[in-house]
Amino acid sequence: MEVIAFLVPLALLLGLFGLLGFLWSLKNGQYDDLEGAAWRAISDDDETPAAPKRGL
Amino acid sequence: MQATRDFSHYVKHLGAGLAHIDLAVEGVSCAGCMSKIERGLSAIPDVTLARVNLTDRRVALEWKEGALDPARFIDRLAELGYKAYPFETVSAEAAEVENSRFLLRCLGVAAFATMNVMMLSIPVWSGNVSDMLPEQRDFFHWMSALIALPAAAYAGQPFFRSALNALRTGNVNMDVPISIGVILALGMSIVETIGHAEHAYFDAAIMLLTFLLVGRYLDQSMRRRTRAVAGNLAALKAETATKFVGPDEISVVPAAAIRAGDIVLLRPGERSAVDGTVVDGRSEIDQSLITGETRHAAVEAGSAVYAGSLNISGALRIRVSAAAEGTLLAEIQRLLDHAVQARSRYVQLADRASRLYAPVVHATALLTMIGWLIAGASLHDSVITAIAVLIITCPCALGLAIPTVQTIAAGAMFRAGVLINSGDAIERVAEVDRIIFDKTGTLTLPELDVVNSTSVPADMFELAGRLALASHHPVAAALARAAGAKSPLPGVTEEPGQGVRGSFGGEEVRLGRPSFCKAEPLADEILSGDPEASVVAFARGEKRYVFAVRQGLRPDARETIAALQRRGIAVEILSGDREPAVRAAAETLGIPEWRAGVTPADKIARIEELKRQGFKVMMVGDGLNDAPSLAAAHVSMSPISAAHLSQATADLVFLGKPLAPVIAAVDYSRKALRLMRQNLYLAVGYNFLAVPIAILGFVTPLIAAAAMSASSILVMLNALRGRRVRQEQV
Repeated sequence: MEVIAFLVPLALLLGLFGLLGFLWSLKNGQYDDLEGAAWRAISDDDETPAAPKRGL
Repeated sequence: MQATRDFSHYVKHLGAGLAHIDLAVEGVSCAGCMSKIERGLSAIPDVTLARVNLTDRRVALEWKEGALDPARFIDRLAELGYKAYPFETVSAEAAEVENSRFLLRCLGVAAFATMNVMMLSIPVWSGNVSDMLPEQRDFFHWMSALIALPAAAYAGQPFFRSALNALRTGNVNMDVPISIGVILALGMSIVETIGHAEHAYFDAAIMLLTFLLVGRYLDQSMRRRTRAVAGNLAALKAETATKFVGPDEISVVPAAAIRAGDIVLLRPGERSAVDGTVVDGRSEIDQSLITGETRHAAVEAGSAVYAGSLNISGALRIRVSAAAEGTLLAEIQRLLDHAVQARSRYVQLADRASRLYAPVVHATALLTMIGWLIAGASLHDSVITAIAVLIITCPCALGLAIPTVQTIAAGAMFRAGVLINSGDAIERVAEVDRIIFDKTGTLTLPELDVVNSTSVPADMFELAGRLALASHHPVAAALARAAGAKSPLPGVTEEPGQGVRGSFGGEEVRLGRPSFCKAEPLADEILSGDPEASVVAFARGEKRYVFAVRQGLRPDARETIAALQRRGIAVEILSGDREPAVRAAAETLGIPEWRAGVTPADKIARIEELKRQGFKVMMVGDGLNDAPSLAAAHVSMSPISAAHLSQATADLVFLGKPLAPVIAAVDYSRKALRLMRQNLYLAVGYNFLAVPIAILGFVTPLIAAAAMSASSILVMLNALRGRRVRQEQV
């Protein structure tokens, strides 16, 4: 059971990375425009405006 | 004289040769608009950043300093089909954004801690019923303490601060029992851990904070959204002034950049943004926004002009005596802020609940401790049981009961075109049983409209509209708008105080006073039938037409009034306008009670009288003269076109031409209040079940955690029902 002394801190460390990641994204302004972010994800907005449409 | 537009007031210099400006944009509503705008603006050389914020409806732009004029972005957006205005973040909104980020940071920390403490707690719960070694349990408890204590110290700040503030002023709010509960739970858990005990409550304390922070954040983001929209509207209505930068050179600058002693140009049809004295020119001005007087006042060199006055006929040069902060308008606003603060403070439902709740809970805990001591339990066990009572009754569901409903209802009202200005407006609207409408600008549309357009041939109407484009006179502007005229006639000359004339197809065309067009008989005929209308005559060759221009009723006013009456709400008109006009409107709308020619003081007196009779009055009005009565009423609402001041005073603001948002506000608020009460009962009912278990000393951390999450989720699900109200069968 000694492995717990190693696993528990490791689990906490991983969680801490997650928290730091969240704080970083918050500082980066990623939560400032939640509505826009939702749309950006689905718009196929490449830098080349005249992307040819495929199929159909 | 062509004015240049000067936006330097709004440009922020970022250093490193970059400049930044924020623009509020009208009509951005979808992903398509977003990429269209971003692409269109990025295509301008030297632009380094163009990013749309869809939530706030704004565009942030950065470019190489000196390379571009900000006016170019606005022109580019106009080409793309969007109206944009420079935007200056007001300090209140910046604070709101900062606060919302802080809450999100707290929420992140608390959620992280909750998950990790849970990871450690579940082995302890299962280990307690099997064969966990006491050393292992202590290790897990100490690890939990290591996570929970710093996390609670950080994430609990919003509650601790607010509780301290309340206690300092001798009040109790919801945050006082929350803070006491959290601190006692953590303190007791440390003591228990030191004593190698079976149970520690680190998980309950930190989970409580997480749930409550969710509620706080939702509440905050609702208010932030309203602020952002209100800020955009302020930018759209941003007052500008035309300033003389040289003897004959003018520049359009924001009113905030005008200083006393500057000379500004006020053209016909413009509203003054400054107080000042006329130095050159003569004209008539409409001061109805300030004094309520609808008759126009004549001004000439030496006359005083106050901010808010509308110039009617001739161009004026005005020397500024006081700008922005020092104007008469700002002065009235200060007086009003005072009146609003003095308004009898409405105690919010949440605070009323906690005023009852906190003493009851704390007394129960104390009695539990005393009871166990009398029954012969040790001091240690009695204290532990008492704290368990506090933990289980900690108003987790109670703290979520109201903010979740408010957020959902505010979102639904937002979609129906109602913006909420003050946090407790929903509760107060729900109680309303009498609505007082102002007439001008509230029941009627604020813009003038041509009422007899059908009696004039379409081609004549269009031609008159094109001719009207040459004039700044408000009546002519209404005619041009109604005709949908886009291309002005070339070679039109204006005869001051008379009208405009030009030629079309070889014939002379004139637009202006009936005498100017020799159409007096026709005008008299219209005026005798409709004495409230303004008339403008049009002549082409020998043909004569007269247009009647007046404010029309809002398109759905009649249905809205009827629907309100069906809901058992009495409707009444209080108007400063003359009797025949008010009588006509009241008869058309089916409103039995109306008063005409009412002064602002009389309006307040009437509201006070109704209040004494026990009515909960909602005032719906828009003018500057309505502002005091808006503040006096139980709750108030303004159309978006209202004077700045009224809008700042009103609890709710509605958008668009229809009057229907008034019904939406009433319906959603009534439903929201019902849900808030249900949620409070749910939360209290849960406590009724849980408290006996706690008093008897059976509460383990597992029961506390399960009960807390179950009641919170129940309350949140119930709040979601506020998204819809039953549609009325018409």
